[in-house]
Amino acid sequence: MHELANSVTLTVNDISVTVAAGTTVAAAMLIAGVSTRRSVIGEPRGPLCGMGICFECRATIDGVPHQKSCQILCADGMMVRTL
Amino acid sequence: MTEQFDILVVGAGPAGIAAAVSAAGARKRVGLVDDNPDAGGQIWRGRATQSAAARHWIARLDGSSVTRLQGCRVFDAPAKGTLRAECGGDRRELSYGKLILATGARERFLPFPGWTLPNVMGAGGLDAIVRSGLPVAGKRVVVAGTGPLLLAVAAHLAGRGAKILAICEQAPLRQLIHFGAHLIREPAKVLQGIEYGWATRGARFQTGCWPVEAHGSDKLETVILEQNRKQWEERCDYLACGFHLVPNLELPVLLGCSLESGFVATDDVMRTSVANVFCAGEPTGIGGVELALIEGEIAGLAAAGRTHEAEKLAESRKQRLGFVCALKHATVLDPRLKTIAKDSTLVCRCEDVSFGKLREHANWRDAKLQTRCGMGSCQGRVCGAAAEFLFGWDAAQIHSSIRPPVFPVPVSNLGATGKLNCQDDGPAMAGTSQSKEVE
Amino acid sequence: MSESWDVVVVGAGIVGAACALECASRGMRTAVIEGRGIGSGATAAGMGHIVVMDDSPAQLALTRYSQTLWQELSKSLPADVEYERCGTLWVACDEGEMQEVRHKSAVYAAAGVATEILDGQMLAEAEPHLRKPLAGALLVPSDAVLYPPCAAGYLMREALRLGAQLFTRKVHSAKAGVVRLDDGTELRATRIVIASGADACDLIPELPIRKRKGHLVITDRYPGFVRHQLVELGYLKSAHSVTSDSVAFNVQPRKTGQILIGSSRQFGAETPEVNDRILASMVERAQWYIPEIGGLSAIRIWTGFRAATPDKLPLIGPWPEDESLFLAAGHEGLGITTSLGTARLLVDHMMGTKTRIPIEPYMPVRFARSVADA
Repeated sequence: MHELANSVTLTVNDISVTVAAGTTVAAAMLIAGVSTRRSVIGEPRGPLCGMGICFECRATIDGVPHQKSCQILCADGMMVRTL
Repeated sequence: MTEQFDILVVGAGPAGIAAAVSAAGARKRVGLVDDNPDAGGQIWRGRATQSAAARHWIARLDGSSVTRLQGCRVFDAPAKGTLRAECGGDRRELSYGKLILATGARERFLPFPGWTLPNVMGAGGLDAIVRSGLPVAGKRVVVAGTGPLLLAVAAHLAGRGAKILAICEQAPLRQLIHFGAHLIREPAKVLQGIEYGWATRGARFQTGCWPVEAHGSDKLETVILEQNRKQWEERCDYLACGFHLVPNLELPVLLGCSLESGFVATDDVMRTSVANVFCAGEPTGIGGVELALIEGEIAGLAAAGRTHEAEKLAESRKQRLGFVCALKHATVLDPRLKTIAKDSTLVCRCEDVSFGKLREHANWRDAKLQTRCGMGSCQGRVCGAAAEFLFGWDAAQIHSSIRPPVFPVPVSNLGATGKLNCQDDGPAMAGTSQSKEVE
Repeated sequence: MSESWDVVVVGAGIVGAACALECASRGMRTAVIEGRGIGSGATAAGMGHIVVMDDSPAQLALTRYSQTLWQELSKSLPADVEYERCGTLWVACDEGEMQEVRHKSAVYAAAGVATEILDGQMLAEAEPHLRKPLAGALLVPSDAVLYPPCAAGYLMREALRLGAQLFTRKVHSAKAGVVRLDDGTELRATRIVIASGADACDLIPELPIRKRKGHLVITDRYPGFVRHQLVELGYLKSAHSVTSDSVAFNVQPRKTGQILIGSSRQFGAETPEVNDRILASMVERAQWYIPEIGGLSAIRIWTGFRAATPDKLPLIGPWPEDESLFLAAGHEGLGITTSLGTARLLVDHMMGTKTRIPIEPYMPVRFARSVADA
């Protein structure tokens, strides 16, 4: 349960984060303590539904905005940023 | 490019997995489409913590001849027998002889002040994120809302080392006792209830209780809970809060399937009102994993033409339908939940529309047009379910909000032609094409 | 039940709402009938641009007049109307189109509309996501965009504040000074203004108004991706054409950073389903001008019906066949733009006040004669 067979290292808002393989970007952003996006009026937001229907987990991944981070697995070298 | 399937299953949760496995057989090309990276849907998300049933079915799926399309999002049904999906940015046309919709359900969220703070999530929501790699050992968690999902989530999180401070079920005790009386008839469920109870033995289980405020500067710090007008504060890291499940009806509605009491109407072998389209699992009625598995099996067998075997299972399904009804009654929402939102509380999170602004309108359509509630990315999936409860607005109007693309897709995926030849076209003329003369 | 009104306005889209406000502000006892929802028809379906267009001198005059009215009103508009003077860039692909740009600049100048000619380099700086190289563009800084349902909502609220009354019912018939509603209510009026757009033919079957279907796509938020309304010069050809299906590049930013992608025009397509072929064509064209637009997240697609007349000019003024009937309909793709001008012209004419620009080109009588002759 505690062994990390594979780990993945990515960057979240310039913070380096190492997670277990199979971790989603949303989870990694929570681990890094950053919000996934800012709302229309500027509120920090994080994942809500965990299943891809609320769109709160949208982040910019490798330069592409509006990616649903709860449905995307972390990959080595990924650059993630609060949207 | 069109991929052809004899039987296409949409959704790889328990119902979809059971359907695909049951349909797969000699000379039947079966496809399973799902928008997550891995099969399992919500309740079986994450390989590390799956139940025996989950491991069993997923092993059967892995060993079958089913064509797997994971990370594929169905967004349109452009013609009879064809679905359009977006897979990693590319568009794919999927044609089918028979279609099985196993699109599952999502949580209903009700707004209250502070509910938009990071670390306020759905009950299934936090559960899913934990299954997707978020550690919760030592974290303080309040679980709230309604339904057996709360216990399952609390038990799972406790098993991962979370400190469950409270489990707040909005239903009053008498409603739950009634439900419990029904559950007694199913030993498996009794056992599960005992397991959950043991796993969450440190937590206070409160009925007639719900969150009224969440506080924090840039993420959740405390929750105010209320029971019988008494309020108290819990300092916590996560609030896992969901008010029952609502079916994902976008595809059934898009395909023209008839609804009954807000769910997809099916016959005993899971056929919908549309020829060659079946539906299994939560979209036909919120009934949990066991029912979803049976319905998936039935639909898979029926779609594969093994109607006799499907009919044999139908009896077993009927026995479990009582649970659907009992659950519905047990988790009826307390009308006081309509009052926890304040005028400044946001209801539409995509467009940041407040309760106060929405209250000015008489129906969903007007509210949508004037406030843009429901016009954001989620197309009303979150705010619509809340508005239905808060204002009693017409559910059908809210469902019809979600039109193709049923999920956002890259602009380049829109329309009929897959390959783009615009490089040569240029703006020589304003793209005219002669239609029939109309003058 | 019978009531007596100075004017009854049928339809509370942007044109009807503007007429209602104009009437109420002149002290007329005004009733407005809207059966579906304020600004819920073509008003809700369109892009919401306020744009000066020169398909004809009369169109230029009306759009310019109305645009200045919007500018004056803009200070009073609430935030939800999202009025933004982002300007329009008429994009030229080659030297041939740059000639058109120069000609257009002169035409606009003569009409008192300031413009700026941008060369390829300046255009690239103004809109970095446009393909390169392009020849240049004509910038019309005074053009604007807004969110139409809230604009119609604002105009109606103002009308109501000034004493107008709203009936949320459908109109069964409107003639000879009597408007009959679907619940049997009768409203008597000195004047009835038909402002129901493409549905005006339901009440006056012989009106030369045809539905012209359009498609639009809206993306998620990409602030700064596009800063101006962008239109290809061929847009006018597309809008001008009377017979064919056509698409023309027209992209517009909302204040939120969402991008609206259009445009398409079809006659003889009167049902609301999305046409895949037209949609693909429209998207391809947009991608030709803005290659990266293909990667933006599209969240909704919808269709709408413009009310089109044979000469591309709206019907504003009295309907000769019935003394009590007046028209404010048939605005094709310029309903938002010309709503305020329409209302002002119509009510000036009704009250015998001199109109700021000649109303003759828009008078419905121009068609009644041909109808009578037919």
